[in-house]
Amino acid sequence: MPPNINVVSLVSIGRHPQSGRARRAEQDGRAVELGLTMVGEALTVLHAGNPQNPVLRQYAGMGLPSLTVLDQASSCDAVSVLLRYLRKNPTDIVLTGVRAERGESSGMLPYLLAEQLGWPLVPKVAEIVSVQDGKADVLLALPRGQRRSVQVSLPFIATIDNAAPEARQSAFGPGSRALFSIQKGDNLADDAFMEWKISPAKPRPKRLKVVKAKTAADRMKAATAKPVGGGGKIMKQESPEEKAQAIFDLLLEEKVIR
Amino acid sequence: MSDFSLEEMLRRDPRNEWIARNRLHPLHDTVLSAEQGERRGPSGLLRKDPHLVGFIGPNGIKRIDRADVFSSVGAELAGKKRSTEAKAVSLPWHIVENPAGYIMVVADMVGGRLTRHDKDILGLAHQLATEKAAVAVVLVCFGESKETQFDLAGVDRLIHLAGQEFNGFAPEARLAALEQIETQFYPDYWLFPDSVNGGADLASRLAARLGERPATQAWQVNGTQTLCRGASSSVDIRRATPRILMLLEECADAIDSTRHQALPLQIKPLAALKKSNGSSKMLDRGMIDVDASAVPLAEAEFILSAGNGIHNWNQFHAAAAALGATEGASRVAVDDGFMPRERQVGASGTWVTARVYLAVGISGAIQHMQGIGQCDKVVAINTDAGCDMVKRADLAVIADSDAVLAELTKLANAFMASKQQTSSKQGEKSDAA
Ligand SMILES: Cc1cc2nc3c(=O)[nH]c(=O)nc-3n(C[C@H](O)[C@H](O)[C@H](O)COP(=O)(O)OP(=O)(O)OC[C@H]3O[C@@H](n4cnc5c(N)ncnc54)[C@H](O)[C@@H]3O)c2cc1C
Repeated sequence: MPPNINVVSLVSIGRHPQSGRARRAEQDGRAVELGLTMVGEALTVLHAGNPQNPVLRQYAGMGLPSLTVLDQASSCDAVSVLLRYLRKNPTDIVLTGVRAERGESSGMLPYLLAEQLGWPLVPKVAEIVSVQDGKADVLLALPRGQRRSVQVSLPFIATIDNAAPEARQSAFGPGSRALFSIQKGDNLADDAFMEWKISPAKPRPKRLKVVKAKTAADRMKAATAKPVGGGGKIMKQESPEEKAQAIFDLLLEEKVIR
Repeated sequence: MSDFSLEEMLRRDPRNEWIARNRLHPLHDTVLSAEQGERRGPSGLLRKDPHLVGFIGPNGIKRIDRADVFSSVGAELAGKKRSTEAKAVSLPWHIVENPAGYIMVVADMVGGRLTRHDKDILGLAHQLATEKAAVAVVLVCFGESKETQFDLAGVDRLIHLAGQEFNGFAPEARLAALEQIETQFYPDYWLFPDSVNGGADLASRLAARLGERPATQAWQVNGTQTLCRGASSSVDIRRATPRILMLLEECADAIDSTRHQALPLQIKPLAALKKSNGSSKMLDRGMIDVDASAVPLAEAEFILSAGNGIHNWNQFHAAAAALGATEGASRVAVDDGFMPRERQVGASGTWVTARVYLAVGISGAIQHMQGIGQCDKVVAINTDAGCDMVKRADLAVIADSDAVLAELTKLANAFMASKQQTSSKQGEKSDAA
């Protein structure tokens, strides 16, 4: 892995799923982990928000000598200030999480950055295999544990999926000793967000299975009958070769064999 | 014309009526059975004979099967000509003649078919469409399609972009197509599934390109207000409904009581696409072979499952490896110690969501069937043609598991060998060139 590329990892304040306390965000932690394995201490870790937040020390405790913070109120829009930073500082790869654990959790930030910068964005990355000649080979995490290999040209933005290697443990002492380089942020208020009404999440109603039957007998049948597919093809007389071929054709048609 | 009206005229036979009323008449039974169902009273009213309804059950008690009566009476009333048509249930049409507006639904189409998530969103699109007159719900889908029931899922118009350039991972080409649709139709709403199957990714790209702020993880939507989940699903955000929405599963009920036109809608050739083709910054290198046994059972796409009907376990494992399938098992196979516990499928094991479930020597006990309720295609290999798994299966093979698995392994190995040959040949060619 050539150490002469600039990797920036964007971090945010996470939220513990049970207690709701601030923590190192799961996917951002993985993004930092990936950056550290790629370029080691040359990694730039960037946060837009309050530099006093103790959670930032948890990121620093992963072995970072320093952290860059763009100082602004944590409710402000982060896109414009990050854009300014990325335009000013030469960057090859930007790593982010897929979705933040606080705020709107829309996952739009990397897309907005990519659109404004005109860089390609690779979503849900599980691994960055190699970076060579201005191109990177990355593995995307698809549902059902599948992986897709994609070649992308530098500079690019990658969102890191939960399938990427887990973040290393954070050490308290080194975390407290890390230096923060603090730059001034934009403090552009997010007006639209202010207008929204936010309330604790209501449990969603479970979908009921409603049977639209005309008669009571039909409803009874629907409630008691075993769900039977019916209409399936049954092969009895054919030779084993033909039967196996029929199954194999179905597997090919469904594209589970590639 | 006059003949027709004569035929239509009600002709009464007083003698037959008299015999039908007289239960002691020697011809009473024959007359009744001759004019079963349709009997007219003196005023021409349709008469039902309660004594003729139902049948005598095994213990001598009269039984009435209402469900059957309804269907047979319905067919008789419809007359001879229409009786054949009446059997196929036909849903009422929902027709949009000249759409004044459009709602675009961009479907995931996993495996070429509409997912349940897609269908829910089509249902929601119709809810939104009722708020204005003459709005057509348009389904936009990419790549190959195996779906045959677009009309029943609520698709008024269909934009199917089947070109090679949209296959696989092609966000740039797909985005260019969506942009083209945007300029051509300017839809009222863009609806996407907020899913890991690419819906959320494409929606975010479109939103960033168009400069709209989308609603993500939306689950309650009407024309004015939207309720979304936020902050890792711990809060609800109520906001005005934007043009681009990413919707959670079960955001609305799917369409099930109307039929739709599903007319193809043409879009202009993609100029932007051709321009960007040369300078594509992302290149799809295809899917990577993953170790199928490392995929969690609940997530696996293709499961080869073994039951009590497997006798040669080495052969079963070899078949799973050759087919690249994740291994599953019935409880009996696990209890007997042939398979580890975490491979058990069913009520007391794992509920699987595989697209293809290949059950070998599994009888299909209800505890097992519960676990495979969400599978799309079930294939059964069993010696017993009457077992429940064969009834559930889309393709059932009545044969000994040994023989079929051996053949399948052979086929899979031959397929892989031929694929490797062609790929190495291609490699040589590109080396030479
Ligand atoms: C509380 C409870 C929970 C349970 N939970 C589960 C569960 O989670 N999962 C589960 O699987 N079961 C569960 N069971 C057990 C379930 O009821 C059945 O006993 C079990 O699923 C049967 O497994 P089987 O189909 O492999 O075996 P069998 O019922 O013995 O079926 C074997 C099948 O293989 C066929 N066969 C035999 N020889 C061959 C051959 N040479 N070639 C091809 N086919 C052949 C036979 O025709 C038969 O259909 C549960 C039971 C209880 C009571």
